[in-house]
Amino acid sequence: MRISRRRCVACGNCTYVCPMGAISIDPDIRRAAVDREECVECHACVDGMSQEHLNPTLVRALRWLFQRLRLRFEPEPDVCPTAAFEPEELEWPRIVRRAFSDPRVPHESTGVQGRGTEEVKTNDVTGRIQVGEVGFTIEFGRPGVGVRFHEIQRMTQALARAGVAFEKKNPVTSLMTDAAAGTIREDILEEKILSAIVEIKAPLERTEEILRLVWKVEEQIDTVVSVGVATRCDAQGEEEVVAPVLEQLGYPLERAKTNVGLGRVTNL
Amino acid sequence: MTNTLHRYGDAESFHDDYVVFAIPSRGKNDQGCVPKLKQFLEMALEFHPVNLGDAVHGGALRPCASLTPVAHWKRDSTPDFRAVIEGVDTPTTVAAVFDNRAAAEDFLKAVKAADLGLCVNVSTSIDGAEQCCHGAGLPRHSIGYSLGFEGQTEKLPEAKVLMLTTMCGHSMVSSSLAKKMMDWVKEGRRTPEQAAGYLQRFCSCGVFNPARARRILAARAAGSGRENPD
Repeated sequence: MRISRRRCVACGNCTYVCPMGAISIDPDIRRAAVDREECVECHACVDGMSQEHLNPTLVRALRWLFQRLRLRFEPEPDVCPTAAFEPEELEWPRIVRRAFSDPRVPHESTGVQGRGTEEVKTNDVTGRIQVGEVGFTIEFGRPGVGVRFHEIQRMTQALARAGVAFEKKNPVTSLMTDAAAGTIREDILEEKILSAIVEIKAPLERTEEILRLVWKVEEQIDTVVSVGVATRCDAQGEEEVVAPVLEQLGYPLERAKTNVGLGRVTNL
Repeated sequence: MTNTLHRYGDAESFHDDYVVFAIPSRGKNDQGCVPKLKQFLEMALEFHPVNLGDAVHGGALRPCASLTPVAHWKRDSTPDFRAVIEGVDTPTTVAAVFDNRAAAEDFLKAVKAADLGLCVNVSTSIDGAEQCCHGAGLPRHSIGYSLGFEGQTEKLPEAKVLMLTTMCGHSMVSSSLAKKMMDWVKEGRRTPEQAAGYLQRFCSCGVFNPARARRILAARAAGSGRENPD
C-alpha cells in the first residue's frame, strides 16, 4: 500500500485504523507514510475507511485556517478526506502478504475467504474429524501483532518432527516445499502477514503431548498464538472426552464454535 | 476461518453475543447454494439480528467509497440488512449475529425446519451454544474450543480493547482505533452507538456485534470494571 503525497492532507485518521500500526505521519514531508516492512497489505485502510474525494489544496487551506483560529474540526474518524490510498500491484513474494492478511481475497488453494479452511465448520458433511480424533488450528499473529513465515516454520518443523500430518488443503501447507519436514519455501520466510493458521489432526490420546509441544515453541517465537481444538460429539451431542483434558491442562474453556449437524451432501 | 472463535472475554461476557453462520462445503453442498444462503439470511430477519454479513461483501454497515462532507454532521448509520441479503452472489459463509439467546435459539429452530442442507454453526459461550442446540432439538455434531491467546501476549492491548477488536476475527478492527473510540466515548465526543458503528464498518465479513460493542464502550465510559475478565 502506498499513500499519495499529492493527495494526503496529513489528517492522521489512517494512522489509527491500520491493524499493524504501519502508518504514521512523516514530519519531514507532512504526509502520512506507510512502513513497507510492517505493512501486511491487508487493505483495512483503503477498504475499511470511507472515502471522500475533496480537493487536497482546499482541505489543507481549511486545516491551516482552523489551526490559526485555534478551532478544532473533529471529522469522522474512519474517513480519508481525499481518497489518498494507492493500492499497489503486488508481485511475488510480497503478494503472499495480502493473501494471508486481506480476508476479502480467497486463497487459491482452498477457495475459502480468510486464512484457514472449512475445518470443523463443515465436519457434518466432510467427516474430516472422526470420533477419537482431535483437530488443531494453531493461528499466529492475530490480533494485531503479525508474524513472519520463518516463525511459523519453527512451529511446523517441530510438529513435523513429532510426526504430525498437516491438513493438505490449508494455505500454509500449500506453501511448504517439504510437508513431511514442515519446511516452508525459502523465498517467503521473511514476509510479514497479519495471521496464518496451521491445521493438523491427531489421535485423541496425543492431545496433551501436542499442546505441550505448542507451548514450547511459543516461547521461541516473537508473536501471539491462538489455538483451537476441535472434536466430534457423541450421538447425544455430548462431548466429555477432550474438554476434561483441556481443563486439566489449565484452560478455562469459555468459548467454542459448535457445528449443529444440519449439513447434508446435496451436490449431484 | 476461525473468525468468530477467539473472541476475547469470559463466558458471561458473551451473554449478548450469538453468531449463527451457514457455510457450504466445497464439493459437498455448494452446488446451487446461493439461494439457500440468501434464504438463511432472510429467515434471520424475523428474529431481529444486530448484524448480518457475508464473507465476501461485508456486514450490514459498510464503508462508503464516495462520502459527501455532509456525513461529518449527519451520517446514516442504519444497518442495511437488505443489501447484505441481495449482495450474496457466490458460495461463501453468511452470518447472523444476535444479542440474546432466545433469538438465536428460535432462529436455529427455523433453520432446522427449513432443512437447507447447509452446514450451520453457533459461535458463543460453550454453555450458550449447548442451550441453543438443546432448545432447538439439535444434538451437537462437532465442537471447536477456543484456548485463547498464548505466546508473547505482552504484545496484546488491554483486555477491553481486545474485547472490541476480536469481534472482527480477521483483525481488521485495529486496537488503536478501538482505544481511540473508548477515549472519545469517555470524553463525550461520540456516543457508544456512534463509536460502535465506526468499528463495525471495518469488519469485512459482518460478524462484528455492535450491541456488545456498545455495552463495552458504555461500561468503559462509566468506569465499570465488570467487563474486564482480567
